[in-house]
Amino acid sequence: MKVSADHVDASALRILIADDSDSDRLILKTLLKRLGHEVRAASDGREAVTVFPDYQPDIVLLDVLMPVMDGIDAARRIKEMAGEELVPVIFLTSLTDADALAHCLDAGGDDFLTKPYNKVIIQAKLGAFNRMRQMHRTLSRQRDLIQDRNRQLLEEQQLAKRVFDNIAHTGCLDADNIRYHISPLSIFNGDILFACPRPAGGMHILVGDFTGHGLPAAIGALPIAEIFYGMTTMGFSGSDLLREINDKLVRILPTGMFCCAALIQADFHLNQLRIWNGGLPDGVLIRRDGTKEFLESKYLPLGVLSSGRFDASMEVFHTSAGDMLLMMTDGVLEAENQNSEQYGGARLKQALDNASASEQLIDAVLTDVVAFCGHRKGRDDLTLVSLKMVVDAEFRQPAEQLPQSVLKGPTDWHCVYEVRDETLGKFSPLPLLLHICMEVPGLRRKSADIYTLLSELYNNALEHGVLKLSSDLKTSSDGFSYYYSERERRLGNVDGHFIRFSLAHRKTDAGGQLRIICEDSGDGFDHTTELESQATEAHYSGRGLMLMQKLGNSLRYSEYGSCAEIVYDWELAEPVPE
Amino acid sequence: MNDKPHLDEEALTELQDVMEEEFAVLINTYLKDSSDRITYLRNAIGSADADAFAKTAHSFKGSSINIGAPKLGDLCLEAENAGKANRLGDAAKVVDQIETEFLRIQKTLKEFLS
Repeated sequence: MKVSADHVDASALRILIADDSDSDRLILKTLLKRLGHEVRAASDGREAVTVFPDYQPDIVLLDVLMPVMDGIDAARRIKEMAGEELVPVIFLTSLTDADALAHCLDAGGDDFLTKPYNKVIIQAKLGAFNRMRQMHRTLSRQRDLIQDRNRQLLEEQQLAKRVFDNIAHTGCLDADNIRYHISPLSIFNGDILFACPRPAGGMHILVGDFTGHGLPAAIGALPIAEIFYGMTTMGFSGSDLLREINDKLVRILPTGMFCCAALIQADFHLNQLRIWNGGLPDGVLIRRDGTKEFLESKYLPLGVLSSGRFDASMEVFHTSAGDMLLMMTDGVLEAENQNSEQYGGARLKQALDNASASEQLIDAVLTDVVAFCGHRKGRDDLTLVSLKMVVDAEFRQPAEQLPQSVLKGPTDWHCVYEVRDETLGKFSPLPLLLHICMEVPGLRRKSADIYTLLSELYNNALEHGVLKLSSDLKTSSDGFSYYYSERERRLGNVDGHFIRFSLAHRKTDAGGQLRIICEDSGDGFDHTTELESQATEAHYSGRGLMLMQKLGNSLRYSEYGSCAEIVYDWELAEPVPE
Repeated sequence: MNDKPHLDEEALTELQDVMEEEFAVLINTYLKDSSDRITYLRNAIGSADADAFAKTAHSFKGSSINIGAPKLGDLCLEAENAGKANRLGDAAKVVDQIETEFLRIQKTLKEFLS
């Protein structure tokens, strides 16, 4: 390798030298100046250490043996002051024994020059150390740049997470009958878990797992959260949500990106779970007696199929209080140990069998997965949620605590909305009707009551009036599934039928009065015996008429039960005392 | 053992080339330092300071080698080793040799300059 003299000449260096011998110092100083460098000469180690911070030399040349402070001590202090900066220190020596030379390098010296000085060797060494110094500086600068970028990225992620957390919040996950585990930074590993109470009681839970990691995976979570919370609050069904979310994802996500997900619609008063699983590991329904049903994925993930081919039908499960549903993302099954073995379904089943107290189901599974992986890091990609069915839990959303809207809205109005023919089987008018009522200022706080009244009236009209199903069927478990399959079948043949809602609202001194009339095209049903049987027995048909009587100020049936009228009086909230 | 030349002509010429007009300053500095050092060496023997003796001999050695006086350098090394081994008894004899060699070099260098 040849050192190009031109190249080295081109880079003039600042060089600090220290030598107590006047003649040696004079030779070296003159030599270096002739080579084109800038030189500061010191006559001992202390002087060199003193001038170092101000002079900021590129390279330091030190005699080893000097009075006051020797070269080895000076080298140590100079290296300390230089810190991360690489300032090469070269010892000047007439030492010849190897141990003494090695000692110089141990003290932090980078090389040595022996006397008598040789111009060519000095020039070559300075050139080599200058290249090393520049490389070190480039590396340090790039490292700082990377650190800087990384810090910036983390700051951006934290900021993004704050926005995400506001939109994609966890809703009612803190309810007593829900347990869950999700990584705090789940949004960036693509896992989502939302829960939201439905206006008429019960709740929706959405658990999912986006393909990919980082920001791209997080972005898809935003529209899902918007749709999930928005539509659930407005009273839409799980199937409606699924269709809307799928359609949205198909439109916005690039090909190859999708969301494995499960939607759970829990209706506590009906003792019923509706579940849609698209691409997630089997859910597990653990009955109170310990028997398990595995709910496998029957659909493609969200964001794959166009709306025409997407199937949003949810499987219905009849449940009892105490039954427990467990859902998870595939991070659980794919958790790896040191030997790159995956946790897998068999181990999960074993862990579930061993978990005696079902309350601790999630903790038991988590502990087992972490024990299997052998490190805590294994928890990072795990998302699990368990839902316990409870006796008609009061999951009234805290709408009653909402501040009254300052907006003025309609208070005196009347409208008629009729659903007929095959639309009866395909469309629920409840969200629309609820929306109309929620325009009344002050009535928004009563959305749960209103939704309950509307949905009970509608379901009675549809199932008992139009479809002529008897609620007696629902008293047994067999009858229950027969009831729902029969319901589906009869919905396919509803031509000539209708359900008509007439809503009227007027202002009163205390608040307002909403009058709801629901008529249907059926033959009517015997609401009196229905009412009696509900009062004496705990039926699967649940609250029904009793509830409506409790909520409304009056409930009246006419036309042999095919026309129901409810009057609902409501009052403005009392000003809250300070 | 000391069969090195008194003056390395080649090294001296190169020095002259590097130092240009400062060559005379360098030679005079060297000669002044060296005669001072010979006095230090004798004083160190007088006060039985072997360490100071060795260090002075070491510096003297370095600058002699650099100036192109290898034989003097070797004599200084001998003195340095004697100092390190705390043999100041032998040292006086070496200092005498150093002085003789130095006077010889001084004469040649001064001729070289004129």
